[in-house]
Amino acid sequence: MLKIVNINTYYGQIHALKNITLHLGEGEIVTLIGANGAGKTTILNSISALTPVKKGEILLDGTPIQDLPPSHIVSLGISQVPEGRQVFKPLSVEDNLELGAYLRYRGREGRGAIRQDLEEIFTLFPRLKERRRQMAGTLSGGEQQMLAIGRALMARPRLLLLDEPSMGLAPLVVQEIFGVIENLRREKGTTVLLVEQNAKAALKMADRGYVLETGKVILEGSAAELLENKDVQRAYLGRDKKEVWER
Amino acid sequence: MKRELLKFLILAILVAILPTLLSGSYLVNVLIFVGIHTMLAVALNLLLGFAGQISLGHAGFFGLGAYASAILTTTYGINPWIAMVAAAVAVSLLAFAIGFPILKLKGHYLAMATLGLGIIFFIVFNEAVELTGGPSGFSGIPNLKIGSITFDNDLKNYGLIWLFTLVTVLLSVNLANSRIGRALRAIHDSEVAARVMGVNARLLKVQIFALSAGISAIAGSLYAHTMGFISPTSFGFNFSIELITMVIIGGLGSIYGSLIGAFILTILPEALRTFQDYDIIIYGIILILMTMFLPGGLVRGIPGLLARLRPADKQEEG
Repeated sequence: MLKIVNINTYYGQIHALKNITLHLGEGEIVTLIGANGAGKTTILNSISALTPVKKGEILLDGTPIQDLPPSHIVSLGISQVPEGRQVFKPLSVEDNLELGAYLRYRGREGRGAIRQDLEEIFTLFPRLKERRRQMAGTLSGGEQQMLAIGRALMARPRLLLLDEPSMGLAPLVVQEIFGVIENLRREKGTTVLLVEQNAKAALKMADRGYVLETGKVILEGSAAELLENKDVQRAYLGRDKKEVWER
Repeated sequence: MKRELLKFLILAILVAILPTLLSGSYLVNVLIFVGIHTMLAVALNLLLGFAGQISLGHAGFFGLGAYASAILTTTYGINPWIAMVAAAVAVSLLAFAIGFPILKLKGHYLAMATLGLGIIFFIVFNEAVELTGGPSGFSGIPNLKIGSITFDNDLKNYGLIWLFTLVTVLLSVNLANSRIGRALRAIHDSEVAARVMGVNARLLKVQIFALSAGISAIAGSLYAHTMGFISPTSFGFNFSIELITMVIIGGLGSIYGSLIGAFILTILPEALRTFQDYDIIIYGIILILMTMFLPGGLVRGIPGLLARLRPADKQEEG
C-alpha cells in the first residue's frame, strides 16, 4: 500500500536519508531497526510530512503524497505515534483521545462514531478508562504509551507509524503493547511500520524488517531471516561475536 | 456544559444588578473599564493561555481599533457601527497577514517580534499627526446610536459594553470547550504531536491570533466611542504588559479568570492612586509573585492553596 522510492531528506547540511527505498504491503507489520541516528525516525517523519522530502517519492496506493501537509496525511489514514509518546500532559486522557479524532469532527460520520471508537479504545486499554478524567501527565510511562497509541487509533488509520513504543518501559508492559498491535492487525488489518531499538522484540512480531545504518538501508528481509542473520545478531541483538562464531 | 451555562448566567445576572447597587457614576465608569479590559484579557488569553503564543503588542491592536473607528467616523463621517465592523475586519486581516511570518517564531523570539509590532503601532499613533492627532490625541469621536438611543451616559455605555463583553465571554467559553479549544491546548503542549494528530498548527495559530486581534479592535472601537477622546498613551507597551498581568493573575487558559484579572487590575489602580506612575512597578511585583506562588492564576490557584493548607491544619490537631 505504501511505497517509498529513493527519498532523500536533509537537516540543514546533514544528509539524513540517502536514497531510502522500502515498501509496505496491506496488513503487514514491518520494522525498521538500526542504531541511533540511522534515520529511522526521519523516515517516519518524512511519511507524516513533518520533515520535508528533498528528492524521491512516497506513494500511497500509487499516489504521491510527499508534498502534502501533515494534516492531509492524517486524513488519508496515516497516523503516527511520535517518539517519546508526546501525550498532551495538561489535558485529560479523554481530551487526548478526542484530539486523535480531530479531523473526523468535520466529516459526515458524526459524533456518535467517535464516541463509539472512544469506547473501543477503552476496551483495548481498560486502564485508560479508569483514568479517563485524569491529566495525561500523571499517567505512568506505560499508560502514556497506551494513550499515545489509542490517540493515534482514534483517527482510524489504515497505516500506523510507531516510533519506539517500548522506550523506557518495563518488559511486561512492552509485551502488553506489542500484543495490542498484533491484535489490531489481526482484527482490523491495520498496516504497521514499527521503529524499534528493541530489535529482538520487534523482529519477533514483524513480518519483515529493514536494517538502517547512517541513512541507508543496508539489509532487508523477512523477520525470520534477519533474526538469523549473523551481522544483525552481533550488532543489534546483543549477541557476542564469539557466541555467534562458535555456534 | 450545564455548569458552564450556570456560571455564565450568574455572571450575566451580576452584571445586570451591579449598577443598581452602586451610587454615583464614578463606580459605573470604573466598571465600564472593567468590561473593556475583560474583552481584551479574554482575547489575549485565547492566544496566550490556550494556544500558548505570547503577544507583547496587543495594546497596539486595541489602539488600531480605536483609531480606525475614530478616523472613519470623525474624519470621514461614516456610521460608527459600520466603522466598528470595518475596523475589526481590517485589524483581523492585518493580524492574519502579520501572523504568518511572526508566529513561526517561538518563545523569546515571538515575544520580541510582537513587542516590536506594538512599538511600531505606538509610533504610528504618535507620529501620524495628520491622521491621528499625534500626542495631543484625537477628540470629538461620536457616540454609538441605535435608532433614537444615543449611548451618551455612563449607564447606557455600561449596558452596551457589558453586552459586548458577555458575548465575548460566551463565545470564548464555547470556543475553549470545542475541538478547536482542545487543539489549541494541544499546540500549547506539543506542536509536533498536535500536527501528527492532523491539527494544522500553523494556520490555527494565525487564525486565533487574528481572532484575538479582532476582538481587541472591537474593544478599541467601543473605547473610542464611549470616551469620545483617545490618545497614544492608552495604547503603549505598558498597557500590553498590564493586559498580560490580567491574564496571568486570573489564570492562563481560564476565561473567567481573565474577567477576575481584569477586574482586579482595573480596581487596583483606583485604590493605588497615591503611587501614580509607579503602578507599573506594582504590576511587575504582582507578576513575579503570581508566577512564583500561584502559577495557575487565582481561579485555579486559590482552591489548590486551600487544599494545601487544610492537611496542615489536620496535622496540627493530631
